[in-house]
Amino acid sequence: MKRAFPILAIATAVLLGYATYQALWVAPTEQTMGEVQRIFYYHVSSAWTAGLLFFINFVASVVYLVWRSPKADALAMASAEVGVVFCTIVLVTGPIWARPVWGIWWTWDMRLTLTLVLWLIYVSYLLLRRFSASGQTPVMAAVLAIFGTLDIPLVYFSIWFFRTQHPQPVMGGGGSIDHRMLRVFFVNLIAFSCFGLLVCWARYRLEVLHREVEETQALESLLEVRSSR
Amino acid sequence: MTGSAGLTRATLLKDLRLEWRSKDATNAMLFFALLVVVIFSFSFDPTAEESRRIAGGLIWVAFLFASVVALNQTWARELRNQVLDAYRVSPAPANSLFLAKVWGNFLFVSGLEALMTPLFVVFYNLRALGPGYQLLIVAGLGTWALVVNGTFFAAISLRTRSREIMLPLLLFPISIPALLAMVEATSAILTGEYSAKFWIVLLVTYDLVFTMASLFFFELVLHAE
Repeated sequence: MKRAFPILAIATAVLLGYATYQALWVAPTEQTMGEVQRIFYYHVSSAWTAGLLFFINFVASVVYLVWRSPKADALAMASAEVGVVFCTIVLVTGPIWARPVWGIWWTWDMRLTLTLVLWLIYVSYLLLRRFSASGQTPVMAAVLAIFGTLDIPLVYFSIWFFRTQHPQPVMGGGGSIDHRMLRVFFVNLIAFSCFGLLVCWARYRLEVLHREVEETQALESLLEVRSSR
Repeated sequence: MTGSAGLTRATLLKDLRLEWRSKDATNAMLFFALLVVVIFSFSFDPTAEESRRIAGGLIWVAFLFASVVALNQTWARELRNQVLDAYRVSPAPANSLFLAKVWGNFLFVSGLEALMTPLFVVFYNLRALGPGYQLLIVAGLGTWALVVNGTFFAAISLRTRSREIMLPLLLFPISIPALLAMVEATSAILTGEYSAKFWIVLLVTYDLVFTMASLFFFELVLHAE
């Protein structure tokens, strides 16, 4: 597994480079929005990756609660952290795209609001992990992760109804998407997913190592106390 | 009655008696809500028409902040004299303890709402244009939504450093759909422009989902080592 990491890292770097080249040069320029539309390839791919990582977080939390495996807890933590980073990218690139196209930075549109609420839930998850006393952290965090996941459909329906009552913001026309754009989009989607999973894996390894070091240090200090007596 | 309902009742009565004698949570909560109402009415000086639109939001934000005061007291009270540890080692079912705490908080926050709502009506010159009886349903369901998750997260934040600040940080993001439903339902009833039915259904769903989830996980949280 350890040896696979550099190989996968290089493969992901190449794939990301290719995806960036495709998005910036190969993909055709969008008719009405112009060059700024190219942000779409990063924006949507990041959103997908964040969703994927939050899903991993949920599965790892359930696995932790059922089997109490510390590795599942480390994975839950790593995926939540990296997921929040990708979610932040979505929330930053969204307004950059919206401003020239819609004329506003932010609107309480369905997907925007859902992303923001997701971000808030997972930031509170990370805060809980940070503030909680170490022994009980995994259980509390896993329970909060499950509560957060239960909340998502409720957030979805509440915003959906909230929006159907209020005036809809002016969106870029629906229309169909050029197949070349679609291809570039999928290349980016795969590249970002690989990148996200790779970073998550690195963070996971780091966390596992960190815990091993802490355990060893605790054992060593115990032994020292014993030998000094 | 010695079953779990009896345990719930005994714990609830104990909490009510404690609160009746000390009035810690009640005083703090009432004064806090009063301050919020006064500060809001200074900050916006709305006409009757405008206030009908914004009152739903103001009322529920004030109640949300005030209920955090009561929720923080819930478990902190049991830390003195290691009462919580005694609960942990006792064979009493964890859920009856949880339900007692939820009902206790529900009564405190409902009492607060009953006292503060007339003030809101006076300050904001409110009159419901829609079916007013629905406000009672929304208040009950909304309070339950805040209190059931609040009690649960208070038990979680008890295990953290700086627990007083941790509770709102955990509670508010999860409560967003419930809060949106309460605010929108209240505005719908006050303005009478559209029906509050969808929001009431959403609140019922929220209450059911999180009551069941809390009852399912509470024992785990109480006994977490």
